[in-house]
Amino acid sequence: MGSYILKRLVSAIPVLLGITVIVFAIMALIPGDPATAILGSYATPENVEKLNRDLGLDKPAVQRYFIWLSNMVQGDFGRSFSLNRPVLDEVLDRFGATLVLAGTSFVLCSLIGVAAGVVSAARQYGFADKAITFVVLLGISIPSFFLGMMMILIFAVQLRWFPASGMWPIYGDRNLLVLLDHLLMPALALAVVATGVVARLSRSAMLEVLRQDYIRTARAKGVPERGVIWRHALRAAMVSIIPVLGIQAGFVLSGAVYIEMVFQWPGVGRMLVDAILKRDILLVQGGVVFVAACYVLFNIVVDVAQSLLDPRIKT
Amino acid sequence: MSFLSLLARNRLALVGLIVMGFVVLLALVTPLLPLADPDVTNTGNRFLKPFSEGTLLGTDHLGRDLLSRLLWGTRLSLAVGFAAAVIAAVLGAAVGIVAGYYGGRVDNLIMRGVDMLMAFPYILLALAIVAALGPGLLNALIAVAAVNIPFFARNIRGITVGIAHKEFVDAAKLAGMRDARIIVSEVLPNVIPVIVIAMSTTVGWMILETAGLSFLGLGSQPPQADLGSMLGEARSALITNPHTSVVPGVMILIIVMAINLLGDGVRDALDPRLRSGALTRPMAATTVRRKGPVPVPEGENVLDLRGLETQFHVKDRIYRAVGGVSWGVKPGECLGIIGESGSGKSVTALSVMGLVASPPGVITGGAVHYKGEDLVGAPYERLRSLRGREVAYIFQDPLATLHPLYKVGDQLVEAIRVHHHVSDKEARAKALGLLKDVRIPNAESRLENYPHEMSGGMRQRVGIAMALANDPEVIIADEPTTALDVTVQAQILSLLDTLRREKGLAIVFITHDFGVVAQLCDRVAVMYAGRIVEEGPTQMVLDAPAHPYTRRLIACVPELGEGKRELHAIPGLPPAVNDLPPGCAFAPRCDKATEACRQGEIALEAHGPRKLRCLFPETELEAAQ
Repeated sequence: MGSYILKRLVSAIPVLLGITVIVFAIMALIPGDPATAILGSYATPENVEKLNRDLGLDKPAVQRYFIWLSNMVQGDFGRSFSLNRPVLDEVLDRFGATLVLAGTSFVLCSLIGVAAGVVSAARQYGFADKAITFVVLLGISIPSFFLGMMMILIFAVQLRWFPASGMWPIYGDRNLLVLLDHLLMPALALAVVATGVVARLSRSAMLEVLRQDYIRTARAKGVPERGVIWRHALRAAMVSIIPVLGIQAGFVLSGAVYIEMVFQWPGVGRMLVDAILKRDILLVQGGVVFVAACYVLFNIVVDVAQSLLDPRIKT
Repeated sequence: MSFLSLLARNRLALVGLIVMGFVVLLALVTPLLPLADPDVTNTGNRFLKPFSEGTLLGTDHLGRDLLSRLLWGTRLSLAVGFAAAVIAAVLGAAVGIVAGYYGGRVDNLIMRGVDMLMAFPYILLALAIVAALGPGLLNALIAVAAVNIPFFARNIRGITVGIAHKEFVDAAKLAGMRDARIIVSEVLPNVIPVIVIAMSTTVGWMILETAGLSFLGLGSQPPQADLGSMLGEARSALITNPHTSVVPGVMILIIVMAINLLGDGVRDALDPRLRSGALTRPMAATTVRRKGPVPVPEGENVLDLRGLETQFHVKDRIYRAVGGVSWGVKPGECLGIIGESGSGKSVTALSVMGLVASPPGVITGGAVHYKGEDLVGAPYERLRSLRGREVAYIFQDPLATLHPLYKVGDQLVEAIRVHHHVSDKEARAKALGLLKDVRIPNAESRLENYPHEMSGGMRQRVGIAMALANDPEVIIADEPTTALDVTVQAQILSLLDTLRREKGLAIVFITHDFGVVAQLCDRVAVMYAGRIVEEGPTQMVLDAPAHPYTRRLIACVPELGEGKRELHAIPGLPPAVNDLPPGCAFAPRCDKATEACRQGEIALEAHGPRKLRCLFPETELEAAQ
């Protein structure tokens, strides 16, 4: 197992490099030059040229890429001009908040989605199946930002059950209970779409598995139906559900941007949108690379989980 | 059945189609409608409520007419969403076809790039692209299209790889056609349905994603508004004037939901597996809809079937897989049931414990008595408590019938513990004993093996051990040796024979091989087209088969050491059980058949120890009783 994890980590290196190349290439598309964007359109040509030299933008692209990469490897993601602080510090500050939000959503969508899919498959064409199918359809069709706004309207403004925005109250204690109070609505709003996708896939994966011969064997042994569904069928279906959970992790991680805007959540998504609107390129670059790299590493965790679950995978 | 009529049969998809048609129509005629200018501000009329004078849906924070903005915004959102879908589909398909068609290094390089792109969290990549190009609706469109290209490329490549190695493509290459022409004329037509499915399931996403970017202020820029930016602008007035948010939000919901309904319908209509109803899951026990009386059991049989009828109901067709089968086994006896594939022997066996997949299976008649208790229609919990404990099964291919993800030890332990309240430790000790009983060497370490780590013969021994786990009275073995090679087969048969003698088991042995029957069974019943055509003591039937079908089956078995006898395959195929001929089902393949054979029911008549369903027996039998 240890060597398998090591192998997967090593195989992640080219993917991580690819990510930096892609991000760098996209940023190289920028029309005009960043110095003008930073200094504004009234800057003198001398100032623009000086800043370009300071930023190293007068060098060829390939050289710039390797400078950027080697700096990043040493933990220097550059400096955000709009916030006037190191990019990595800002990203790390914000990423914690995103991780809390996206992590909670991920747990919610995995648990609820898989459970809904299993129940749906076990009661195929029954009332529960139809009800779940309908709710799932609604869930994957509603824009998460609209859902979030409606939740604020109903549960924060009308019913006053939850605070409307933010991660912490401006004044007052910061404890787990307070956090949960702020977290529940945004985490749910973010989880809805992913839950729908997971539920759909779990249902079809379960239907596929339930027709297998080993399910008939379990029944022939006299295993109670609950055990057949939750122990035999779900275990086998998880083999095809887990990769989808990996994809959904990426979805909640990046989809968090909408929810962070709606609920004023101080996460990395909101930071990116602000940075894009202010044309703070280094901050965007650094944020995107950091989040994408975290996602690549998370996918290794998914692969390891998969190999633990399925002994047929060569580790 | 045509694609369109299939789509129309799916009511939900039809609803989606109608709603979508209506929205698209509205968007098309928007310029012709007598609407206020969507972009003219009138700050005197800010935040008018819906249905107030002069405006149907009210006005927004700048006093602009919401209905007008909604329709113009819908137009824009639809156009951008569809454009993104088309761009992503065309470029993605092009990339996928090139990679799949040329293969090799081209494929490798392209798919590496695609994998890299897919390593990004989806929306993050779109954000990066917008960051580079700058906010704007066109740039948002490009970003959304771009992040979806890898998805199409990967899908289409998979299909193309399959097609690129088909004979017709090779033929075209040999005929000297150029690659470009082959792609257009041979590959593309086969790929288009996949593109359509992929588009119909992703266009909803793309509308959502562009709306999302606009919502963030990165898409359409004021005063022009699509649905997303309408929502984004309305957010600051969410609490005071929720209608400005609700109107565009509900519109997005309606559009995306209609598209998703339609997309599901398209996918279902194009997916042959759904069409055949093959994706239904079997229930815990076979459905019973028994008409007619419940027959009474005969003699001292421990397991007794009388007039059992099991059918498969698929759409409006009825397959009579088992058409009134009767047999019984006494303790310590071995009954062989023999027939070609499709003769109904397995379905008969599975019907005993309600294990026939249902839907589509239905038990429609007869009775299964176990120790005098009728199991047909017995409550599920009763049936379950007997499964494995009193009547156990051994199935054909143990690689498919053992759970692939549990250790064999755990599967044995489970078999014991579902029926007995014993500790895990006790059950494990028993499991070890079972593996030793079925002569598995190194039983201790084998408990820790997964099924795929064992050989076929070892796996089947595990299957037998599992059947023995609760000391059942009856074992039903459904072709347990068919997947094994001959030496292993002989070992398994002698093992079963020993176990039967040691434990007094009744065995029902299902096979298509008379050689196996001869080794193991006291009596044999021959099945054809869902019915028993001949039954009797094994040696008598083997020595002097009475039914022409039995004689033919026996002639199929090669005899060791005697190279002289010719093998005779039976000409023709068994009849389809949804369309059985009247009279003898074997008549069309029988060289002795006359008109009489093709008319009316021919009864299974008892002749001494034997039974026969034939007007012209191959051999003299005792007079019918």
